[in-house]
Amino acid sequence: MKLTKMTALAATTALCAPMAMAADMANEMTIVSWGGAYQESQLKAYVEPYQEMHPDLKVIWDESSAEATAKMRAMTEAGNVTWDLVDVVASDAMRMCDEGLAAELDHDAVLAAAPDGTPASEDFGDLIVSDCFVPQIVYSTTFGYRMDKVGDTPPSSICDIFDTAKYPGKRSLQKRPIDNVEWALYCDGVAKEDIYDVLGTDEGVTRALAKLDSIKDQVVWWTAGAETPQLLADGEVVMGSTFNGRLFSAIAEQNQPIDMLWDMQSFDLDGWIVPAALPEDRKARVMDFLKFATDTQRLADQAAFISYGPARASSAPLVGKHAILGINMAPHMPTDPANAGNVHVYDYEWWADNRDDLDAKFQAWLAK
Amino acid sequence: MSDTTHTGPVLAADGTPLKRSLARALRMQKIRALMLIAPLLLFVLLTFILPIADMLFRSVENKIVSDTLPKTVVALNDWDANSGQTPDEAIFAALAADLQVAAAEKTHTRVGSRLNYENPGISSLFRKAGRKVKRWNLETDGPFKEQFVQIDEDWADPEVWRTIQTYSGAYTNGYFLNAADFQKGADGAEMRPETERIYGTLFLRTLIMSLAITVSCIVLGYPVAWILANLPSRSANLLMILVLLPFWTSLLVRTSAWKVMLQQQGVINDTLVWLGLVADDARLVMINNQFGTIVAMTHILLPFMILPMYSVMQTINPTYLRAAKSLGATNWTAFWRVYFPQSVPGIGAGSILVFILSIGYYITPELVGGTKGVFISNRIAFHISQSLNWGLAAALGTILLVVVLALYWAYDKIVGIDNVKLG
Repeated sequence: MKLTKMTALAATTALCAPMAMAADMANEMTIVSWGGAYQESQLKAYVEPYQEMHPDLKVIWDESSAEATAKMRAMTEAGNVTWDLVDVVASDAMRMCDEGLAAELDHDAVLAAAPDGTPASEDFGDLIVSDCFVPQIVYSTTFGYRMDKVGDTPPSSICDIFDTAKYPGKRSLQKRPIDNVEWALYCDGVAKEDIYDVLGTDEGVTRALAKLDSIKDQVVWWTAGAETPQLLADGEVVMGSTFNGRLFSAIAEQNQPIDMLWDMQSFDLDGWIVPAALPEDRKARVMDFLKFATDTQRLADQAAFISYGPARASSAPLVGKHAILGINMAPHMPTDPANAGNVHVYDYEWWADNRDDLDAKFQAWLAK
Repeated sequence: MSDTTHTGPVLAADGTPLKRSLARALRMQKIRALMLIAPLLLFVLLTFILPIADMLFRSVENKIVSDTLPKTVVALNDWDANSGQTPDEAIFAALAADLQVAAAEKTHTRVGSRLNYENPGISSLFRKAGRKVKRWNLETDGPFKEQFVQIDEDWADPEVWRTIQTYSGAYTNGYFLNAADFQKGADGAEMRPETERIYGTLFLRTLIMSLAITVSCIVLGYPVAWILANLPSRSANLLMILVLLPFWTSLLVRTSAWKVMLQQQGVINDTLVWLGLVADDARLVMINNQFGTIVAMTHILLPFMILPMYSVMQTINPTYLRAAKSLGATNWTAFWRVYFPQSVPGIGAGSILVFILSIGYYITPELVGGTKGVFISNRIAFHISQSLNWGLAAALGTILLVVVLALYWAYDKIVGIDNVKLG
């Protein structure tokens, strides 16, 4: 009798354990991302498959990643964080981690290992730039140009941006100093490894702005990633910088007469952070989803929808063809060896310290 | 008779003095009226007044330094900033103790970025020190001065300590100084270097462009409102729909439409080139500058000018004009001396609406203004959502609010707010 009771109890416990876990998970999750084609790729690659496994789960999308740090700070101050998972660029993730807005994670414990057993921290490698950050993709800010407006000699070097004699017409650049001042110094003859040393001095900043001054009246400044593809399609600008995925979409999906200029593309990372101090049930749900969404197969799946390189080393060999167009995705990735010949990796730490200062100077220069 | 000889208060039917009874009835009425509007009052207070007041308060609030570094602030009291000497060990020990608490609570980077606004580079000092201090034992690991200098030699720089001392108070005028292109120097406020001055230009530009938008709205809106008010009501209603249709269209749609119209490969330039008025390689630049902002915003704000003008003009009796003409006035004199003065309240109402709306606009200038056509509100938005310098944003907002109130006051003095009519 005693034995059967014990067995029954053990059986019930065993049966109930997964159910109890499921009950502890919230059935609603707010994911914050960037909207557009990028969010679509996330939806297709892992949110929809995850929802198929958990039909009760309701996913709410928010598209305010561009202002994520400000909103996270406001929500934390108000003591009412409504977001569960936030997609941000690496520098924002570092900032939120430093300020205690994002939860610190033990990457090996919460993320899936690679299929061959390599722990997550090794698989992601150097891309884990902060204790709170789970990298998803490598993207780059790079240039596109109108093939029909550059003649027989298309631009091949970043410095062609500054050559208005060879390539007359307007250019579009992002309305912020990051990347622009580095490119300006590089084309003013500063060696790549010395850029931040030069930029650290007042003369260096003046020199960078003077270089930008030479094309200032030919520049259209953008703030939203969709602007450059639109300006290129309209023929408003001859060349312009934007995120490589946006250019891919204009070139491959919309067949615009645009081509890529990969020289000195500026690498950046995008990934997830989990807000600090989530209630237990919501945190359990997010962690479960995060583990699924960042495993090797899921990150490779995402690359079938958008031309951003997966952050896991083990995902790279799995990157195949575009899910709809059927074209091979590898040559469109910023990390492809043919594209990554000369890349610029911007210094997060340097910018974290000098951003306010440089920004004041840059904005004053713009307003003149 | 007893009634006439009675000298006490007049009594109501229930025996209480009539005065008190009346006062009570009136008070009940007032309370009932107040209760009816109480939900609205509460709503406005909770969702409008309090958040604005709270936001504006940030422009002077500076508790973060003394809250995060309490011991250091006290220790720094006796330190003379003008001595040019690095503070002594006691102050470094206080900083180590403060930073250890702050690093555990992750507030050290916030105080770092606060001080970084005033002295670029401090942010990284706090960041680097925070990582190390976590592992120190405060009892045994001293002295700390050399260790701090070893983390970063800038800790020995008296300028860093002067910044901490200057901003150790609970309240600061630093944000306001910054918003007016000033900074706190060694001896009082001084102008920022010329390469960093921006806000004076932006405030002035915002005022001038808002004025230009208001004037062009008056010029374009006045004839339209006049025609609307003087047509028979059937055709007037049809025309009114044409005025209201853009008013009901999304702001972003209208702004994007202007981009399509005005850009160099756009509709207007194409037409001009086709007509031969403009050479193909010398197309006009009409967008991403002040011109684009003024055109787009005039279009967006025009209904706010036409509607008050129209409702005022409708009340002007047409017989006055006929009377003036029958007394020998020319068309111009009749309009200028008789009709126009009566329509001024409508212009006043429309101008105030358009001017105050345009001074705080930021989405349209952001999209079509380029660099020369953006307003101060674009800067406020930038500091709220991008640079996260909310104190500076609040200071800029406060200045903008004060400027609007001052202009409103001036308008009241010169034109008189009683002359503003919406119908």
